[in-house]
Amino acid sequence: MADEKKYTTVSIPKPLYDKIKKRIEGTGFTSVSDYVTYVLREVLASLEEEEKEEVFTEEEEEKVKERLRALGYLD
Amino acid sequence: MVSKPHGGKLVRRLVAERTRERILSEQKEYPSVKIDHGRAIDLENIAHGVYSPLKGFLTSDDFQSVLDHMRLSDDTPWTIPIVIDIVEKTFDEGDAVLLYYEDIPIARMHVEEIYTYDKREFAQKVFKTTDPNHPGVAKVYSLGKYLVGGEIELLNEVPNPFAKYTLRPVETRVLFKERGWRTIVAFQTRNAPHVGHEYVQKAALTFVDGLFINPVLGKKKKGDYKDEVIIKAYETLFEHYYPKNAATLATVRYEMRYAGPREAIHHAIMRKNFGATHFIVGRDHAGVGDYYGPYEAWDMFENFPDLGITPMFIREAFYCRKCGGMVNAKICPHPKEFHVRISGTKLRKMIMAGEQPPEYMMRPEVYEVIRSFEKPFVE
Repeated sequence: MADEKKYTTVSIPKPLYDKIKKRIEGTGFTSVSDYVTYVLREVLASLEEEEKEEVFTEEEEEKVKERLRALGYLD
Repeated sequence: MVSKPHGGKLVRRLVAERTRERILSEQKEYPSVKIDHGRAIDLENIAHGVYSPLKGFLTSDDFQSVLDHMRLSDDTPWTIPIVIDIVEKTFDEGDAVLLYYEDIPIARMHVEEIYTYDKREFAQKVFKTTDPNHPGVAKVYSLGKYLVGGEIELLNEVPNPFAKYTLRPVETRVLFKERGWRTIVAFQTRNAPHVGHEYVQKAALTFVDGLFINPVLGKKKKGDYKDEVIIKAYETLFEHYYPKNAATLATVRYEMRYAGPREAIHHAIMRKNFGATHFIVGRDHAGVGDYYGPYEAWDMFENFPDLGITPMFIREAFYCRKCGGMVNAKICPHPKEFHVRISGTKLRKMIMAGEQPPEYMMRPEVYEVIRSFEKPFVE
């Protein structure tokens, strides 16, 4: 069993680090790493949202529609 | 566009009919494990993608990561451990076992790992308490010594008296698409509706295309509304007070954990998998007793910028005598003496006493439906 989540180190320019450090003062973020993790998760999630929607095959979709009609959800 | 499934892909763990027949014909060759109703419906939820991206019960890496970080080990947000327990080891890692609910083989599980765990740590991290009076904690303490992780395949559905109303994510997604809804707000409930619920739902619906009322059916506490009462009450409300093409009702089976803020995230993830883009987070969402603050669940959402479903924080509604209608604390300027809080407990007491609640608390049509049941509450 893993006792601890594994972390890695990435490099960012020092001026950017200093800017972030100043920016998170007085917020709920306790470290630059926490803030960077938060922002990256947000960015990645929004990129993934833009990717193509999952599609069903026509046959699958028709079968589902039949059931929805039978149950009265669709006319 | 409806929400992408959590983790990117809708999970479906159903076996082809021929494979199913073969497994069932060989069922005596598999070690068997008996499971309770709650785990059986967890299995169904995994198999039909309600718990996407889970393909089975958590292995130790994921379990520990959920406890410590509220994320699966691949960083996907996940707050409630979905686990299966055993009292003693009667099979090994690498085995395939059949999971039985009341003599029905529900699923085949490929056992990846059998591991021990710390119940107090489980309770403290998920429920923020180790108090055995908390129903979720009590459930954890009743589990067996080992947890079993591994993927599952569904063989049989768990008997469901409300199959007609139980839609799967693959079905709600098609339904929303057919109705032309691109934005959908989901509402989770365990109650027959009062006017306060209606206010919150309609306030949310103002901003999106469709409203998805998704009552949780399953194990209930004494005094709760029976499942059939909740369904009929909502059908009546829909008939008389909801726009026909902007709201739909479908149930989901799920055993409440009462884990407050953590469970609010879990509820949102389930509705994301159904295709909802927004989720109403209530006051004391998924709470019990005084273990969590009334709006603690709202704060929890700040930890998940990558959740993929937008929470809607709509304050509890009350009737204001001065405003002459339903309002909330943000929009009503009047002092508390004008406010009438709509309490579910008070309403149930009135109904039990045969007293009709005032119309600003409960729609008369809803009251009539509840009253039409000889015994509307769990005894």
